Amino acid sequence: MNPSKEVIKHWWVQRLTAVVLVPLTFWFVSSIAGLVGADVNTVRGWVANPIALVLLLITIFTVFHHAQLGVRVVLEDYVHAPWLKGFSIALTKILAVTLGTVCFVAVITIFFTS
Amino acid sequence: MGTSDRPLSPHLQVYKLQLTSVLSILHRITGLALALGTLLLVWWLVAAALGEGAFEIVQNIIASWFGRVILLGWSFSLFYHLCNGIRHLFWDIGLGFKLSATYLSGWLVITASIVLTLGAWIWGYASMGAFS
Repeated sequence: MNPSKEVIKHWWVQRLTAVVLVPLTFWFVSSIAGLVGADVNTVRGWVANPIALVLLLITIFTVFHHAQLGVRVVLEDYVHAPWLKGFSIALTKILAVTLGTVCFVAVITIFFTS
Repeated sequence: MGTSDRPLSPHLQVYKLQLTSVLSILHRITGLALALGTLLLVWWLVAAALGEGAFEIVQNIIASWFGRVILLGWSFSLFYHLCNGIRHLFWDIGLGFKLSATYLSGWLVITASIVLTLGAWIWGYASMGAFS
């Protein structure tokens, strides 16, 4: 793959996920602030709302994508040993996809068992 | 080619810290902290999916003084990274590059981050009935 094309795409996706995350973050924080110290049923009730579900799923996906891109840039800056560089970047991507999927499944599970 | 033994010219030891450079590295540091914090988010959501027992465990850990310190650091990181991120987005469309504008937006970001963090925490405590 043409490396500069990939870099440009990375730049755009980082900005796109950032823009989407601005309103989503405010929504997420205000939701959580109201759920502080709540019991499990209250939290599950919040997730069970279809609008909250959709917003939460979008937030999860966008957060992990944005985070993975960000961590990748840091690794590219500081890790120079060639094998370690590729390995750590790949590991970051695997972690992001795995954790993101776990969150997805957890949220869907709550929605369908509430 | 890995790291070599050739000397680097000094930078951190000699270059005076300024608002611009400090806020820049802070953006990176808070970004990394937030990425690390997603682990807690995963744990919290999975615990909520598993049910009361698992959820109580994670809620108690968050409620402990240690948990609250972590949460405070994470929430400040979130608001700082968010505000400075918006600052970056303005730069991306070509606005605010003048040094005076950069310093002004920088101080705005710091202020907004502190205010938003405080606001969120007051809201959180209020929803737990701390002020009633």
